[in-house]
Amino acid sequence: MILWIIAALVGMGALAWGFRFAGQAATGNAPKFRDMPYGVAYGYVLGAVVLLWLIWAYMQGRSSDPAIANKFFFLRIAIEGFIIFAIAAWLFRLLGCAVGTAWSRKMFRSMPLTASFGILTILIYAILAIFAPAFAPYGQEQIIPGVAANIVPGGDVALGGNPEFPLGTDQIGRDIMSRLIYGAQNTVGIAFATTLLAFLLGGTFGFLAATLGGWLDQILSRLVDVLMAIPSLIFALLLMTIASVWAPQLGIPLTVFMVVIIAVIDSTRVFRLARAVGQNIVVMDYIEAAKLRGEGLGYLVFKEILPNATAPLLAEFGLRFCFVFLTIAALSFLGVGIQPPLADWGTMVRDLGGFVNYAQFAPLAATAPLLAAGAIALLTVAVNFVVDWMLHKSSGLKE
Amino acid sequence: MTDETPLVKIRGIKLEGRSDETWNPIINGVDLTLARGEVLGLIGESGAGKSTLGLAAMGYTRDGVRISDGTVEFDGIDLLTASAATKRDLLGKRIAYVAQSAAASFNPAHKLMDQHVEGPVQHGVNDRGSSEEDGIELYRKLRLPNPDEIGFRYPHQVSGGQLQRAMTAMAMSCRPDLIIFDEPTTALDVTTQIEVLASIRDIVEQYNTAAIYITHDLAVVAQMADRIKVLLKGDEVETADTRTMLSAPTQEYTKSLWAVRSFERPKKPGVSTGAVPVVSVQNVDAAYGKVPVLFDVSFDMHSGRTVAVVGESGSGKSTTARCITGLLPPTAGQIMLDGEVLPADYRKRSKDQLRQVQMIYQMADTALNPRMSIGQIIARPVQFYLGLTGAAKRKRVDALLEQIELEPSEYYNRLPSELSGGQKQRIGIARALAAEPKFIICDEVTSALDQLVAEGILRLLARLQDDLSLSYMFITHDLATVRAIADEVVVMKDGRVIEQGDKEEMFRPPHHAYTDLLLSSVPEMDPDWLTNLLTERGVDNIGDAAVDKM
Repeated sequence: MILWIIAALVGMGALAWGFRFAGQAATGNAPKFRDMPYGVAYGYVLGAVVLLWLIWAYMQGRSSDPAIANKFFFLRIAIEGFIIFAIAAWLFRLLGCAVGTAWSRKMFRSMPLTASFGILTILIYAILAIFAPAFAPYGQEQIIPGVAANIVPGGDVALGGNPEFPLGTDQIGRDIMSRLIYGAQNTVGIAFATTLLAFLLGGTFGFLAATLGGWLDQILSRLVDVLMAIPSLIFALLLMTIASVWAPQLGIPLTVFMVVIIAVIDSTRVFRLARAVGQNIVVMDYIEAAKLRGEGLGYLVFKEILPNATAPLLAEFGLRFCFVFLTIAALSFLGVGIQPPLADWGTMVRDLGGFVNYAQFAPLAATAPLLAAGAIALLTVAVNFVVDWMLHKSSGLKE
Repeated sequence: MTDETPLVKIRGIKLEGRSDETWNPIINGVDLTLARGEVLGLIGESGAGKSTLGLAAMGYTRDGVRISDGTVEFDGIDLLTASAATKRDLLGKRIAYVAQSAAASFNPAHKLMDQHVEGPVQHGVNDRGSSEEDGIELYRKLRLPNPDEIGFRYPHQVSGGQLQRAMTAMAMSCRPDLIIFDEPTTALDVTTQIEVLASIRDIVEQYNTAAIYITHDLAVVAQMADRIKVLLKGDEVETADTRTMLSAPTQEYTKSLWAVRSFERPKKPGVSTGAVPVVSVQNVDAAYGKVPVLFDVSFDMHSGRTVAVVGESGSGKSTTARCITGLLPPTAGQIMLDGEVLPADYRKRSKDQLRQVQMIYQMADTALNPRMSIGQIIARPVQFYLGLTGAAKRKRVDALLEQIELEPSEYYNRLPSELSGGQKQRIGIARALAAEPKFIICDEVTSALDQLVAEGILRLLARLQDDLSLSYMFITHDLATVRAIADEVVVMKDGRVIEQGDKEEMFRPPHHAYTDLLLSSVPEMDPDWLTNLLTERGVDNIGDAAVDKM
């Protein structure tokens, strides 16, 4: 095996040299090939080899022999998903370029494909979350009478599916598609509220610390240091355990506690950013001019500082949203987050997790827990793509 | 000069810069020829494409810029089609570059000498030992203090002028055929500038190095260049021998550049005795923390007159302004407004007291909130101080925009980023005027602007002063500006007032030794000025060396 790998690497090395030589000969020594370092040529060859392997693996995944096809099932799905999403993103951008105001059309034209994919995904999630009852065929906690539990996704009767439940049913016979759609409402909605609260807290105190400085800055910053010194997930877990005792006594839903706890923990990060950005703005001459004019604190923060801090704060909002979202999913997975019977992606992964063990011989059955996990991953990637693009735009970098 | 092939030959070069997804021309077909050992001055306003052209002479473009047409030949080698290896071999070894801000161009983590020897060692010109010796030799020739030891300091341990000379030494380390100087003295004080100029000229002559000297300061280029090329918006205006160019420019644009320095206000009648000064600084001491920076500063500013405060960076000019505005409460002494004592801290001043003292800043970019429209920026003080709202407010803002010679309907909704440097500075003036003050502090308001634009600002300020009988405190290090606008001059050094009096008095000898040095260090348009000054005073009695002796 090792000998094979070494042989392949050596062979690629020779290929790379040949590729560069052929390129120089074919293009009449154009600068692109003439100045190409050997490492770059090797990279081209390596990329080509990986691409060839992917195509081969995909063909294997479509093989009619289930034993071979099952081995490459997930790779096949990933490749198909990648191509479908890329085409969807491309079409979406095309649409954006064609309709809308001059401003939005210009924005779409300059947008990379990753960003248009991100925006499209976020839009779909948002629509699903807002109109969940309209899209979901069943209720999130509805156990449909007469329907078996653990129907395999895919809807193929021969493999244990049911066309009426294209994504299957869970261990007590609830429709997984409905629960996924309601999960968007619960998980994403709560994450959004939590992030907003975190920004309200962190942003307000961060700007105050930056503008006023002195002892207020010291107290707030040290307090934040203390909070940040405690590992956030363990801290949240600890507080949630305490809250789960208090919640019934006080008659307040546990979800409210969760929102507040995660918001406070995450607001420390927002505080640091807002303070750093604010400090850079506070030293500007226009702030000095406003201070000398005799402006009050409110005007300074809301009219002079905040508008200049929106770009980094928005980018942070997207990123923070992902983290909050993952924390909620993690807490739910651990059993202290969103409580059953509410549908939640983290809980769904936990409940169906055991099926992953069947991945080798029954990939469709193993897909059940991966659907919720995939929904989390997809949204996280999408939000990050959009944030990257916004950061790039606000940084003013060209190309 | 010999009749061999020119060192640099640029023909019909066109450069384009990318913005908003389109390529916009920066240089539209300029020719440039440079013989061995010749110094060419490139001048023009900001945005004329001087630096871009200078870099193109190295076959290099900044990110987002491309060469769309033309050829660049260096010593017969076509730089645009040369391989990366050939270019690597040329750059640094035969072509060197000296940047505007040496402080930003040196790596702060390495000693000067380590950075100096990098080039020669990398290019195999010299081994480390002999390049270090050569470095010390160059430091000596550039008249750096302690040439034997200065190379073993870190960049932050030497002054700005010394750093600029160390960078010139670094560019010299491989004895290149061509050095490109990109505004090497723009960020320096006059007394420091003169030293750097003298050193650069010396060493370029000594090694017969060809140079392209990029600057917007005509007087500087007159000292340095054999030939001058004037650029305007990417086009060549004219090229001629320095002396011909200075004495007989042929193009209108060049003539207007030359004429900038002629602006001077008529002399005003003296202040009547017993008049109460608008603002009076009385025996002010101030400190940053425990470090004292101002010592017993006193001067008066009268209605309708301009007091210019001059001095080098670090002399306490801006600190005095901070004391007057109340940002830095003085440790002793007081500030009087119309004969009444102003509270030391701006937070304790009344709205009316704050209104009377306004400020215009050096960097209009940072003085205007980039997220507010021009209308909002000017309307805020109108509303805040005068309580005008709605149509009355709009009317007042329009009137102010007209006063600063900008069309209200066109500029009201624009953002500061959509304005040129000079227009931004005008908005800064309008914002100060909106408060209807008696007294305005102008902190280096023209030093970031091109000469033509700066002159426009000075004329505007002068007109406004006549119309509204404002009183200005004009902080500057540029004596040409002082000559143009001031009625009285205050010279500061190390936090003390060295000399003060009427402008005529101040520009007429005898001066205080320091004032004399300042005055004599301002470059003049005469190409022999530097040579004459050096023969008159000797190389050791100019610039910072002379300041240190005081």
